[in-house]
Amino acid sequence: MKITFPHLGNAYIAGKAFLDELGHEVILPAVNSRKTLEIGSKNSPDEICLPFKLFTGNYIEGIEKGADTIFTVGSCGPCRFGLYPLIHKQILDDLGYSVNFIVLDAIREDFLDFKNSLSQLLGTTSLIQVTKSAKLAFKLINMTDNLSQLSNYIRAYAVNKKQVNKIMDDFYENAVQSFGANELINIINKTTDNLRDVKLDKSISPLKIGIIGEIYTIIEPYVNLEIERKLGELNVIVDKSLTPTKWLDHHVLSYPFGSKYETTKFKLAKPYMVDMVGGHGRETVGSAIYYKNMGYDGVIQILPLNCMPEIVAKSVLKRVAQDLNFPIMTLVVDEMTGEAGFMTRLEAFVDLISKRNEGRNTEIG
Amino acid sequence: MDKYYLGIDVGSVSTNIVLIDEYNDLVYKKYIRTQGKPIEMIKYGIKEVAEIYGNERIQGAATTGSGRYLASIIIGADEVKNEITSHAVASLTYRSDINTILEIGGQDSKIIIIRDGIVVDFAMNTVCAAGTGSFLDRQAIRLGVDISEFGDLALKSNNPVRIAGRCAVFAESDMIHKQQFGHNPEDIIKGLCQALVRNYLSNIGNGKDIKAPIMFQGGVAANKGIIKAFESELGERIIIPPNYDVMGAIGAAIIGKEKAKNQGYTNFNGLDLYKKDYSVNGFECEGCSNSCEVLEIKEGKKTLARYGDKCGKWSYKILS
Repeated sequence: MKITFPHLGNAYIAGKAFLDELGHEVILPAVNSRKTLEIGSKNSPDEICLPFKLFTGNYIEGIEKGADTIFTVGSCGPCRFGLYPLIHKQILDDLGYSVNFIVLDAIREDFLDFKNSLSQLLGTTSLIQVTKSAKLAFKLINMTDNLSQLSNYIRAYAVNKKQVNKIMDDFYENAVQSFGANELINIINKTTDNLRDVKLDKSISPLKIGIIGEIYTIIEPYVNLEIERKLGELNVIVDKSLTPTKWLDHHVLSYPFGSKYETTKFKLAKPYMVDMVGGHGRETVGSAIYYKNMGYDGVIQILPLNCMPEIVAKSVLKRVAQDLNFPIMTLVVDEMTGEAGFMTRLEAFVDLISKRNEGRNTEIG
Repeated sequence: MDKYYLGIDVGSVSTNIVLIDEYNDLVYKKYIRTQGKPIEMIKYGIKEVAEIYGNERIQGAATTGSGRYLASIIIGADEVKNEITSHAVASLTYRSDINTILEIGGQDSKIIIIRDGIVVDFAMNTVCAAGTGSFLDRQAIRLGVDISEFGDLALKSNNPVRIAGRCAVFAESDMIHKQQFGHNPEDIIKGLCQALVRNYLSNIGNGKDIKAPIMFQGGVAANKGIIKAFESELGERIIIPPNYDVMGAIGAAIIGKEKAKNQGYTNFNGLDLYKKDYSVNGFECEGCSNSCEVLEIKEGKKTLARYGDKCGKWSYKILS
């Protein structure tokens, strides 16, 4: 079984090591790029959301490198994402590729189905074996997420921001070439040491900005135009409201109650949104309030053009911003997004927050 | 010898160059059409500054606009600032009590919401140029009217035609339709002005708390028809600053002045920079599948800067 999977931020690193351990041959699709998007757009419906198009591109690039099995996640609803695997299978069939799909749907929809898919992936039906492997996967994902977070923190203080970018680029390159969990863990530890050695400018007092929105857009650097790096270079510490770690914690590890972090967000969102509106709409609203409570200076919502749940959240966020007197900016991305306009908005937003804080400090002083 | 500060706003349609003095008063301004050749236009503008103020020393310089990075490398700017902040700084210097800034330029339009002298919210046009200056330019050409007479003609109309302004292409076909129908040009022009304002307010101004005093700037603020349409739509008097067309550059000059004073020196390359030979080369990096378009700026044979790559492999800047 030569297995490939779509890109979801940095999850591919842990994903690869995990599948290596299970003895599968892993075919990693190339990192998302203009070429991926071109292939994807050509073979996807025009009106579909951006992540769909990139997934299509990932699959085709993976298949052309020799993959015969695709591993992905689905679920029936609550947004178009749930239908991705079905439509993708159809598209790939029409294109004449014959591949096997392993789809992990939400546990609550059908536990047996979930377990079967997982067993197929793991090549075992023993529940103990499944749990053991899942724990390893979670550990790896957690480690890569922590590493990204550390790099965001270091970048905000670094004298030379490009040095941090270089360390992370090297990490991604080495991680892809490594084999198995142990090698990956070694690389992560080494990268952590390298990051800690970066020279910091202690005179910088960074702003703190939360990135909120639907998970794919906020974790996939190609889609969000590397917002974490761009903000880091403006001396901003960035935190993402959703990461693969947070997602798995909520949907799998804390099943069926949900993680504390996510349920807190639901509670916070309640005055504005009683029910879920699909996708991560409710999480987005809750996250904005969460970051405000955590003392962040502002949040940026990023949404892929025509993402319905996020559009709902966007209109609600206007009220939230007013009520809490909290800077919230929304950025819309799609395949036509221009980098210059994006940068202008980020810079202006950072200026806005710094000026606001200056005003506040003089009031107190 | 007086102290002057330089501000350059390199936009998609125009490149504006200004000099201000110690009191932030404008002493010189030049509005040049960029015509897709920013470097030549900067040199052309600086040359004129040099001819008039060649003996003065420029004590600080800053750039803004979509071409701000390129311009900053060429002139040696003390600060590179985004358009939003630059416009806000300029407007607040002119009148410290404003609450809203409307700005319509060549291909950009923005709204900036200010409270107590601090920017609290802003928006820029995202996907469409229907509400901007180049749209009006184009329609003026189609109607056979000079853009400078556009506003006066609009004021003559008592019976504006309603034009669908949501999209530039549809607005154009709708306008042709109205022409064929026999409406007179004044009514169509006023209709266009109203369509532009409606589009601006529903697109960029959507959900923003537009409070008086309202200032309107950018090239389009020359158009009386648009000003009138804004006033009737918002029910407030609109303030047009005297140098409405170069506010971005003025803001940059003020920001540059402050930066240069704080650091105690200027990076400015001097007014004779127009004599130097600058060239830009672009190439597509083949290092990975991102195929970044890398730009390289040279002064003679010396590479001043390279940028445009995602990974930093080519990024390079000579530190002066």
